Amino acid sequence: MTQFSFYQPQNVITVTQLNSYLRQLLENDEALQDLWVEGEISNFSRATSGHLYFTLKDSAASIRCVMWRNAAARLNFSPREGLAVEVHGNMNVYEVSGQVQLYVDAIRPAGEGALFQEFLRLKTELEVQGLFDADRKRPIPERPRVIGIVTSATGAALQDMLNTIRRRFPIAEVVISPTIVQGIDAPPSIVSALQRLNDEVHPDVILIGRGGGSIEDLWAFNDESVVRAVAASTSPIISGVGHETDFTLTDFAADLRAVTPTAAAELATPDRMKLLGSISETANLHTAHLREMISSRRLGLGQASNDLVLRSPAHRINILRQKLDEISQHLDRTIHHQLERKTLQFENLKKSLQDLNPQAILNRGYAIVTRLKDGEVVKNAAQVETDEEVHIQVSLGHMNARITQTNPGEVL
Amino acid sequence: MSETDQKDIQDMDFETAFTALQDNLVRLESENLPLQEALSLYERGQTLARHCADLLDRAELKVRQLSMESLEAEEE
Repeated sequence: MTQFSFYQPQNVITVTQLNSYLRQLLENDEALQDLWVEGEISNFSRATSGHLYFTLKDSAASIRCVMWRNAAARLNFSPREGLAVEVHGNMNVYEVSGQVQLYVDAIRPAGEGALFQEFLRLKTELEVQGLFDADRKRPIPERPRVIGIVTSATGAALQDMLNTIRRRFPIAEVVISPTIVQGIDAPPSIVSALQRLNDEVHPDVILIGRGGGSIEDLWAFNDESVVRAVAASTSPIISGVGHETDFTLTDFAADLRAVTPTAAAELATPDRMKLLGSISETANLHTAHLREMISSRRLGLGQASNDLVLRSPAHRINILRQKLDEISQHLDRTIHHQLERKTLQFENLKKSLQDLNPQAILNRGYAIVTRLKDGEVVKNAAQVETDEEVHIQVSLGHMNARITQTNPGEVL
Repeated sequence: MSETDQKDIQDMDFETAFTALQDNLVRLESENLPLQEALSLYERGQTLARHCADLLDRAELKVRQLSMESLEAEEE
């Protein structure tokens, strides 16, 4: 039984525990969680679920690989049997079978990695030199008179750009500076085409680009001389290289990046229909403004005309005339009143006068006696003496008489 | 508007006319403008707008191509 005791129960683990332990080991190794591995694809299969299964191998070894459906959907090329690739992912164990495998999240064709490294290096270098700075970007004119195009004279991209410009803004003049756009001769050709436009034409904007292709096809637009020429261009540049997903250093150096050549032509031009709309709107604003101006002047005129009437000499004359009338009427009334008053006074005076008229008294049978010697009116018998002659005035005629007797002091 | 003005506008290219049209509106909308001046600005604006629209309607894209210098020629 000594042999049996050799196997201590506490040293025995289950397969599940083993694979779980293995999984933890792999997951805790950081190097195994972020790997680029190069090799050749074999035993490639795409499951109905969309997941990809293949083996990555080189001349001496192989490893099982899995790429889940959502990662596979992001691939911009089709992996296939025998293709040399570089894959990125992490190592783990499939616990059901104990299979250690590479869980892939990205695949690129072999060689692309080196290109990409060069791309990043140059991008960083030019970035540090300020070629991509936002404050270097020049504004794109809204309505260019002359549009320069740097692209292949035979490519579909050129026709796309011309059609777009013709449809949107046929007022513009287009100058094509043809160039080779791919291959070893492309960079100097692009630089020279750009140079000719800048030197000979001075366009308001330059479109530079080409249609879609592989990353190698587009590579001329990552060439340092091309990127520097784009940054140094006197005319502002809109780049449209490849497709939406393609980014080149030319795009970073351009004043504006368009996703395609057609989009570049759109960004360079105003839309004809919108322009026509804006023109007619401006004309309408002219009309509206003039109308408003006239109606406000008309209103002002009415006001001024009222003011003018109020301030006119005629108006003042009328007012004075009215005042005159009032004064005149007042005068009339006053005079009339005065006259009446005076007439009454006069009548009263006349009556008083009549009452006082001595003749009237005489008419009633009285007589006025005056002394003959001095004409003094005799009001008192003592004024006369006996035998003195007096004059007697009666109502009708007069006479002289002699006093026969005086009785002074007796009142009648 | 005088005939010379009319002719000046007819001779304008699109950009000149389009800019002149916008400027014209700004001037028309400036304050205390004498009515006579406003009327002639209005007339000028309408002529400019017609001219712009005419140019856009009639325009045919002019395309010319620079000759491609060969790389050998460049190196000479």
